[in-house]
Amino acid sequence: MNYRTIGSFLSNVLKIEAALLLLPIITSIIYHESVGIYYLLTAAIILIVGILFGLKKEDAPIFYAKEGFVSVGLAWLLMGLFGCLPFVMSKEIPDFVNALFETISGFTTTGSSILSAPEELSYTANLWRCLTHWIGGMGVIVFMLAIFPSNSGSNMHLMRAESPGPQVGKLVPKVKQTARMLYIIYIFITILEMVVLYIAGMPLYDAVCAAFGSAGTGGFGIKNDSMASYSTLIQIIINIFILMFGVNFNIYYVLLRSKDKKEIFRNEELRWYFGIIIVAVLLISLNTINYFNSYGQAFQQASFQVASIITTTGYATTDFNLWPSFSKGLLVLLMFFGACAGSTGGGIKLSRIILTLKIVKAEILHYIRPNQVKSIKLDGKNVDKGVLKSVGAYMLIFMVVLAISVLLVSLDNVTLEESFTSVVATLNNIGPGLGKVGPCGNYGSLSYFSKFVLIFDMLAGRLELLPILLLISPKTYKKI
Amino acid sequence: MRIIIVGCGKVGSTIIKQLSAEGHDIVAIDVNPHIIEDITDTYDVMGVVGNCVNYQVLKEAGVEETDLLIAVTDSDEKNLLTCLIAKKAANCKTIARVRDPEISEEINYISSELGLSMVVNPEKAAASEIARLLRFPAAVQIDTFAKGDVELMKFVIPSDSPIVGLSLSEIDNKFNGYTLICCVERKDEAYIPNGSFVIEAGDKITLVSSNNITKDFFKSIGIDIKRVNNAMIVGGGKISVYLCQKLANKNIDLKIIEQDKARCEDLSEVLKNVTIINNDGSDESVLIEEGIDNVDAFVSLTGIDEENIFLSLFAEKRGVLKVITKVDRITYNEVINNLNLGSLIKPKNIIADNIVRYVRAINNAQGDSQIETLHELIKGKIEACGFHINGDSKIIDKPLSKLKTKKGVIIASIRRKKEVIIPNGQSTIQKGDTIVVVTNIKGIKNVNDLLDGDDNA
Repeated sequence: MNYRTIGSFLSNVLKIEAALLLLPIITSIIYHESVGIYYLLTAAIILIVGILFGLKKEDAPIFYAKEGFVSVGLAWLLMGLFGCLPFVMSKEIPDFVNALFETISGFTTTGSSILSAPEELSYTANLWRCLTHWIGGMGVIVFMLAIFPSNSGSNMHLMRAESPGPQVGKLVPKVKQTARMLYIIYIFITILEMVVLYIAGMPLYDAVCAAFGSAGTGGFGIKNDSMASYSTLIQIIINIFILMFGVNFNIYYVLLRSKDKKEIFRNEELRWYFGIIIVAVLLISLNTINYFNSYGQAFQQASFQVASIITTTGYATTDFNLWPSFSKGLLVLLMFFGACAGSTGGGIKLSRIILTLKIVKAEILHYIRPNQVKSIKLDGKNVDKGVLKSVGAYMLIFMVVLAISVLLVSLDNVTLEESFTSVVATLNNIGPGLGKVGPCGNYGSLSYFSKFVLIFDMLAGRLELLPILLLISPKTYKKI
Repeated sequence: MRIIIVGCGKVGSTIIKQLSAEGHDIVAIDVNPHIIEDITDTYDVMGVVGNCVNYQVLKEAGVEETDLLIAVTDSDEKNLLTCLIAKKAANCKTIARVRDPEISEEINYISSELGLSMVVNPEKAAASEIARLLRFPAAVQIDTFAKGDVELMKFVIPSDSPIVGLSLSEIDNKFNGYTLICCVERKDEAYIPNGSFVIEAGDKITLVSSNNITKDFFKSIGIDIKRVNNAMIVGGGKISVYLCQKLANKNIDLKIIEQDKARCEDLSEVLKNVTIINNDGSDESVLIEEGIDNVDAFVSLTGIDEENIFLSLFAEKRGVLKVITKVDRITYNEVINNLNLGSLIKPKNIIADNIVRYVRAINNAQGDSQIETLHELIKGKIEACGFHINGDSKIIDKPLSKLKTKKGVIIASIRRKKEVIIPNGQSTIQKGDTIVVVTNIKGIKNVNDLLDGDDNA
């Protein structure tokens, strides 16, 4: 393990976090809020620690897979630890564990909140919460790769550790250019959403926060009822944008660059994504028709909830806790699916689900015709055996983490529905679960122990399990 | 520049390493997903898994926007076909590796028909390098320009040389303009010398020479240019064949020791005036019997690196004047460089170097420049560039003494048709010439960049 390499890497990550804190500081100046001072103080602390980490400079940092995973895991942990300081210092969330939970929930784009009334927070604090979603969505390390110079291919280990999906590729030959391209697309759509929301009559501050929250598929509302109090038009706009952020960003690159626009429809994951959404919306609207005044409203509410859950955003426009069991069950199922690989969404990722189904199908076929040879294809291309194996392993590890976490949270004397959905909602980076932790409730009443378990789940879910598991595995630190 | 590299074996990955460090946008193609994974983990390049002769694969790699395609898979036919497809589809520059001697024979025809920019043959390139080293055993390094007609050779000046303490203009008078010293390395410094520069013992000088340079010249400057009269080669592979063909009329007695009987018979059909011995070259007594104690040069060219290293160590021990060792795969440079192996030949590195040089030249040449070849004579300090003079350059038809060039520029040679001129003050450059310029100025793109401000106006 090359600790010096990891040190200089963490130093860069912390410097970026310090720079990000400038946005809430500016907000505090605009709204004349005194809490800005704590953000300034935190930025200073982070900068000093960052510089200390970077003191022993490595000329040509080389990351092997192991260092890549550990660095990324540590980076996210540190960002959470430092990012919660303003909440604690300003006493807006005085309890450290609660503040940490809130910040990690922000960075991992989960959007599970411990607050019962987020509207009581200062403008500065709410902006910081939503900004953590935005940077966590595309990833701080991708951001770092986009701005810091480097020409080593070993950076791919970093990008792979942070970017979601079973196969992480590049858009263009250089990591830096790829990372830039992703962020340019990301920033463009985010600003587009802000403008459209503002034109549709949302207050500017709300539009900025809502755009940050939906871009990262996060889900922190600045109101406790999330998006329910906004007009139908605004809800529909947000609905469309969160669906856009759940799409693999490579698709946008292809749309931008390729002459053959139809190429994107060859993407199997994209077809499944929209297919699943349409079916789920129809089923839920039919199932919940009695809860609403009109078919139109049922359809609109169903589509918002489905989009919000499958992209793992977690905004809500209605309390789906009150819906019939079939609809709730369907939403919980969608929680597992997650968005497309290479999007800002969380969850298992549709491409993994598709591959798993294909593996299952091949396995059944194998028993019917033992001698048939059939390769598994995705987008018309053969999928490497190694990728299939890692998908299988991922599903298994996911289930193990899920089961153990549910068991641990159950110690908290909550209903099984609550312990199960709270873990599902955090491990998949969604936000609201069912029952007490539903869209109109919050996670504040859970014990410290449960909160730590859920913090672990959020990090594990956002970084796709391995970086966090490697971080806590003793073998990682053995010299040989 | 956007470059596609097809085939990520030893040559491919060496090129990728070098070119990605120089900041090019590289896409690597290989059929083996594990190799691609390895490459993309190590270098900042994009990987595409697939068969390069499939147009869809080339398209995925972005062949339509690429500037150059380098095909270095292990199959000649695939390389040529890939280059053909790329040329027809995207009209990019193409480089192919071709190693089959049968195809190599007709390569000029093939490459002009397919529109190839460059053809590389590792065995042939290695053979040329070995032949050069055998012709000038005292040279440390030899670079060639103008399709091989002009050579820049690096020598170490011994302390008893008569030119020690003389200035370059005195040397020039003494030897009547036979040659030109175009750069000098002294300790860690590198100089582009002018007429008043004084040579010291231990300097590494780089000379321009044409093929007609005489043995007497070297003798008179005190460099022992003992000719190699005979050479023993162990291993009868492709390199040995090319080497013997290259040395065919150079009056060197050649002896090949090859273990395989059938191969020996093939060799004897192809090669004339070469003694072919069917015996195990790794046997000490065989080498002694075949006269290792009396040969001037020993070249180990078996297919096994370890065997080559042992054979060369043995030859050095026996006091052979010039020992040349071929090493293909072994990467433990630190260890190998400390062994007494004479000159090391790494065929794959040679062609990787050739390709990288070519890429540098066309990279420099983008825009209005006419650089054809670019060699780094001294790493990071002095470069030698070959220019093709076409059309209306300001340097045409002016005596060099009247031409005001920038400080640190030497026009080292002029090649006019088949003739190579070592220029003096009265020489002129004409349209159609190829000139070699040695300079310590970075980023020269155009011959006009060599001129001083006034003249350039």
